[in-house]
Amino acid sequence: MHLIVIYVAGLLFGLGISISGMGNPAKVLNFFDVAGVWDPSLAFVMGGALIVTFIGYRLVFRIPQPMFEPAFHLPTSRVIDARLIGGSAVFGLGWGLSGFCPGGVLPMISTGDGSVLIFSGALIAGMFLARWMMGVIAKRNTPAATPAE
Amino acid sequence: MIETEFTPFAAGLGGVLIGFGAVLLMWARGNVFGATGILAGVFHPSSSSDWAWRVAVLAGMLTGPFVYLFITGAMPQIQVPVSTPAMVIGGLLVGIGVTFGAGCTSGHGVCGMARLSPRSFVATATFMAVTALTVFVMRHIVGG
Repeated sequence: MHLIVIYVAGLLFGLGISISGMGNPAKVLNFFDVAGVWDPSLAFVMGGALIVTFIGYRLVFRIPQPMFEPAFHLPTSRVIDARLIGGSAVFGLGWGLSGFCPGGVLPMISTGDGSVLIFSGALIAGMFLARWMMGVIAKRNTPAATPAE
Repeated sequence: MIETEFTPFAAGLGGVLIGFGAVLLMWARGNVFGATGILAGVFHPSSSSDWAWRVAVLAGMLTGPFVYLFITGAMPQIQVPVSTPAMVIGGLLVGIGVTFGAGCTSGHGVCGMARLSPRSFVATATFMAVTALTVFVMRHIVGG
């Protein structure tokens, strides 16, 4: 039962992406092209999503626990560091080059569009690459042997 | 460059549906609706039940365009004004960036900002600014 509810949540999201045009690179890129063929539609997508989520989360957080889980699984990190800012900047570079973001592209896989499939393959490869890079960085930052005092 | 029509009603309605999806997932399971985190967890789940809910969300996301087809009679429009190499490089950079930055437009831009997370405000301001700068450079300096 709980998987059906979660499936419906994904469906609402995927339908929202389809209706809004967030899965259409031309529309997304035109939102950022203020100096050219500007299309402000994306602001309404973000605005609509934010208003509903802001109010909805406040209502949901009044209940002590989610419907099908013993506790909420909220992100706990509060650090604002180079990793957060650098990663977000690299994401912006890729979003600006392609016009696809992960939430926008994933539902569009159903269309079978060639660009969507190419981008999605590269996206997943990039995620694996980043995990590998993080492992290398973590290993380098861990001292092999701490000398005794 | 492809001109697109300003569609505030469809955009706002789509945004509202995205918001309802995010709220429903929080109510049901207590998770933020971040496409990055959900996708990453499919490949690296912490348990089989952790894997199952992520697959259910993805299956729902993939069903969205078919519901759109049922309502409108056509699949959502995809217009690509960039080259294939830009798609490949863009996809790799997005994958690397969202993994290090721990979120994308849905995770930081919608769910994180709705939770008033300072991290998400910084992340969203960063990627929105860099995306705008990239589009400006690609269209008006490189391609201009």
